[in-house]
Amino acid sequence: MSEYKKPTTEAEFAANFHPKKPLMSDTEAYYESSRCLYCYDAPCINACPTGIDIPLFIRQINDGNKEGAAKTIYESNWFGHACGNVCPTEELCEGACVYNNSDVKPIEIGRLQAHATDQVIRSKKKLFRTGKDTGKTVAVIGAGPAGISAACELRMLGHAVDVYEAKAQPSGLCVYGVAPYKLTNEEAVEEVAYLQDQFGFNLHYNKPVSGRADFENLEEVYDAIFIGIGLGGTSTLGIPGEDKKGVMGALEFVEVLRNKHHATPVGKKVIVLGGGNTAMDAASESCRMGAESVIIAYRRGPEEMGAYSFEFDLAKKSGAKALFNVTPVEVLGNGSVTGVKFIRNRSANGKLEPIASSEFVEPCDMVLLGTGQGKQVELLKEVSGLALDQKGRIVVNEHFQTTNTKYFTAGDAMNGGVEVVNAAAEAKKAAHGIHSFLKGK
Amino acid sequence: MADLRTNLAGINSPNPFWLASAPPTNSGYQIMKAFDAGWGGAVWKTLGVPVVNVSSRYGAVNYRDKRMVGFNNIELITDRPLKDNLREISEVKKRFPDHAVIASLMVETKEEWHQIVRDVENAGADGIELNFGCPHGMCERGMGSAVGQEPKVLQMIVEWVKEVAKVPVITKLTPNISDITRPARAARAGGSDAISLINTIQSIVGVDIDQFVPYPIVDGKSTNGGYCGPAVKPIALNMVKNCAQHPDVNLPISGIGGVENWRDAVEFILLGATSVQVCTAVMHFGFGIIRDLKSGLERYMDEKGFATLDDFRGKALPNVKHWEDLNLKYKVTASINESKCIGCQLCYTACEDGAHQAIALSSDPANRIPSIIDENCVGCNLCSLVCPVEDCITMERRDDGTEHLTWGERTAAGNIPKGFNDELAGGLHHWVPEPAEALVKKKPRHYKG
Ligand SMILES: Cc1cc2nc3c(=O)[nH]c(=O)nc-3n(C[C@H](O)[C@H](O)[C@H](O)COP(=O)(O)OP(=O)(O)OC[C@H]3O[C@@H](n4cnc5c(N)ncnc54)[C@H](O)[C@@H]3O)c2cc1C
Ligand SMILES: Cc1cc2nc3c(=O)[nH]c(=O)nc-3n(C[C@H](O)[C@H](O)[C@H](O)COP(=O)(O)O)c2cc1C
Ligand code: SF4
Ligand code: SF4
Ligand code: SF4
Repeated sequence: MSEYKKPTTEAEFAANFHPKKPLMSDTEAYYESSRCLYCYDAPCINACPTGIDIPLFIRQINDGNKEGAAKTIYESNWFGHACGNVCPTEELCEGACVYNNSDVKPIEIGRLQAHATDQVIRSKKKLFRTGKDTGKTVAVIGAGPAGISAACELRMLGHAVDVYEAKAQPSGLCVYGVAPYKLTNEEAVEEVAYLQDQFGFNLHYNKPVSGRADFENLEEVYDAIFIGIGLGGTSTLGIPGEDKKGVMGALEFVEVLRNKHHATPVGKKVIVLGGGNTAMDAASESCRMGAESVIIAYRRGPEEMGAYSFEFDLAKKSGAKALFNVTPVEVLGNGSVTGVKFIRNRSANGKLEPIASSEFVEPCDMVLLGTGQGKQVELLKEVSGLALDQKGRIVVNEHFQTTNTKYFTAGDAMNGGVEVVNAAAEAKKAAHGIHSFLKGK
Repeated sequence: MADLRTNLAGINSPNPFWLASAPPTNSGYQIMKAFDAGWGGAVWKTLGVPVVNVSSRYGAVNYRDKRMVGFNNIELITDRPLKDNLREISEVKKRFPDHAVIASLMVETKEEWHQIVRDVENAGADGIELNFGCPHGMCERGMGSAVGQEPKVLQMIVEWVKEVAKVPVITKLTPNISDITRPARAARAGGSDAISLINTIQSIVGVDIDQFVPYPIVDGKSTNGGYCGPAVKPIALNMVKNCAQHPDVNLPISGIGGVENWRDAVEFILLGATSVQVCTAVMHFGFGIIRDLKSGLERYMDEKGFATLDDFRGKALPNVKHWEDLNLKYKVTASINESKCIGCQLCYTACEDGAHQAIALSSDPANRIPSIIDENCVGCNLCSLVCPVEDCITMERRDDGTEHLTWGERTAAGNIPKGFNDELAGGLHHWVPEPAEALVKKKPRHYKG
């Protein structure tokens, strides 16, 4: 049973979705930053995909130089504030903190990072100067973490940047994917506004790049093009009954949730299919929306789940239950979903084997598919000479240049879907790839 | 059970913990509260002609999350009329006859000294402390440290006081002097029964970098203050030791400066103090710290088998030698306990950049446990001091303990370096990398520029 009551007001929603990493007060930041040992060649830095100089920024917080701290963070990661909130720090910097080796609580690096960046976002303090105008122009497709990071870095290098975004808001999955208890829409959008104000790239909303003509247009106008379109919608399962009312992609569910908050329709009995982080998020979120029962159903055993263990723990703490070694075979219902028929599996030599006549029905009135996002293969095929790998990821060289030399890419579209911090790290490098490419022209 | 009773030059108290003359001893109310909490004695806030104080009086040095590791003040002596203080002294003594009440005094003329000594004795004070220490405000008027820095004047005033005093007289010394034993000897020559030290150290604790004024700020201006708190303990310990070791001083000592816990008190006593006085720690945490002071001291004494304070007073003094009497043959090197090491590599960078390049990192980046290069280690202790894990780096003895040779002995034997490039230079055969090796050394990936 979920411990959450269904929220009916914004205040109740906010209470149920209380931030997982609340913003630190000055006092808390002071005490926490005091604990950092200032390790040599610190393992936390090496565990951060963007390589933020963590002991340096923590020391800067401690000695009253928060602007300096924010600058240290942004120098390595243009999504510094979002990352402080949404990064799986348990697996990254905080997981590598030396304090773990002495059973002392690791430094709360993510929250310190959010604290320092929050100060400059709030004061609108400009910390960087854009590079000398090179006369070159770059188009960036997609205003997610990858696209915006590339835009910032390109402006640092002196190139003019136009960002084309399909939706009405920037920040990509930070606004419509990441769980609401990690980052609010306002926080995500404010950081991009802060960056845009500082770097002066142009953001064009509601401008999807949708076919060959659009690409050719961009090729004509711009000296280089950066693709930061991320992934597509939730992939289907390919089982009967998937089109019934009450079945939806976990990602699509989060998108509604991020925008409609307590007005998001949620079933009483929710089944979440999948074992990845998105499935765990959807389960935690359904619990917080007051669903009476939430069941995560996964084909294999718990140790094989793609999700981080802390995300599974969070889902369980929120009230979700898990069913392992079950494969959905059919979604039942007459118009609206009434249940899911599963068959039990055993795994033999890493392969799944259904157990004969082990079918059973789990009743429910909502099914969320945490089955992963599809790639935007059809769209990307419209770029001439752009190679994709077997999994639909864009193929790049070490400069993040694609097989069509004018195109560069980073983030989910290239890595197949990892974290915000990976998109930020790669996009920065891709911008330098573009820079070398443009210098050579 | 340990007996904590203390007798300093005839002043008796149930334990050696006294409140120093300062804001915690401003009033009879505070002192009664302190005695009730368990303090053994109190030196009343310095009496004299009442002063007028400024508003904004204190400044502090914070170290990271630790507040007030150093503390400074620009306060003067009492601003309350003498008669109120005298009445309260009587009340306290009536209620707590076995506790030590010592009147701290600071006046100018011989007549004033005679008068005030009689007044406080009549009120019931068990002893008198002469404040020759205040490094601000009073010295400009020819009192406080202006006296403490002039041994002749100091001696004269002690003599004035001794002309009339019937209770023991303690002379409080200022540390703002290069040789503390000079005023200590003058105190003895004048007939003082004991000394107490240290008073505060002239200081500026910091500067407001927006207003361009040091702390504490009084209407946009400031002045030097007196420094105290945990940060000054090492200076106080050394001065106490100097007085305790000097044959011509030979007076009981009340140790003051940075005492916050029982261990600090033990250290002062081991270096010769009879009682200790506390100010900053009480201003920070209140009278309640006496519970820890007493219980810690008792436990220590029981564990060591010391029945009374006399059993260990000055016990460390024979072990404080001149540098030239230390054994040059003694050799320790650092040793890392790998099972405790958390891989912060602070020891590495400390030794590499700040000592003798005697710690190596593994060539496997996954192994963050450093190792000591024994032949380069000079045994300076630095790594063991920076290591954040208790008992992780220990200093292990390497010589066999059979040889003993001091600088003094080498000098006598003519066996010391004399020329600038002498073959006897201590560091001659220590390995030192070539300067340019610094530039090719692998750097962490985030070191820029
Ligand atoms: C449910 C969910 C939860 C997640 N939780 C976390 C988390 O807690 N922490 C974390 O670090 N990561 C999380 N992630 C992953 C993270 O959100 C992504 O790795 C990251 O957002 C990738 O950034 P991106 O810029 O490559 O893509 P996206 O964020 O997807 O941004 C792509 C942008 O391009 C736009 N776009 C797409 N197609 C076009 C087009 N044709 N024309 C113009 N614009 C277009 C999109 O509208 C979007 O704004 C989560 C992902 C999901 C799905
Ligand atoms: C190990 C050590 C050795 C020192 N040697 C010298 C020296 O040779 N010459 C000198 O003028 N000061 C010497 N000093 C004093 C420092 O220069 C400095 O004045 C003092 O440490 C106070 O500064 P700090 O509080 O930043 O340490 C030494 C200090 C240390 C810690
Ligand atoms: S590993 Fe932990 S203690 Fe060391 S520098 Fe990083 S945050 Fe600080
Ligand atoms: S004792 Fe000194 S010289 Fe030896 S390893 Fe430690 S820091 Fe280096
Ligand atoms: S300072 Fe201590 S804990 Fe840190 S690496 Fe050295 S030995 Fe290990």
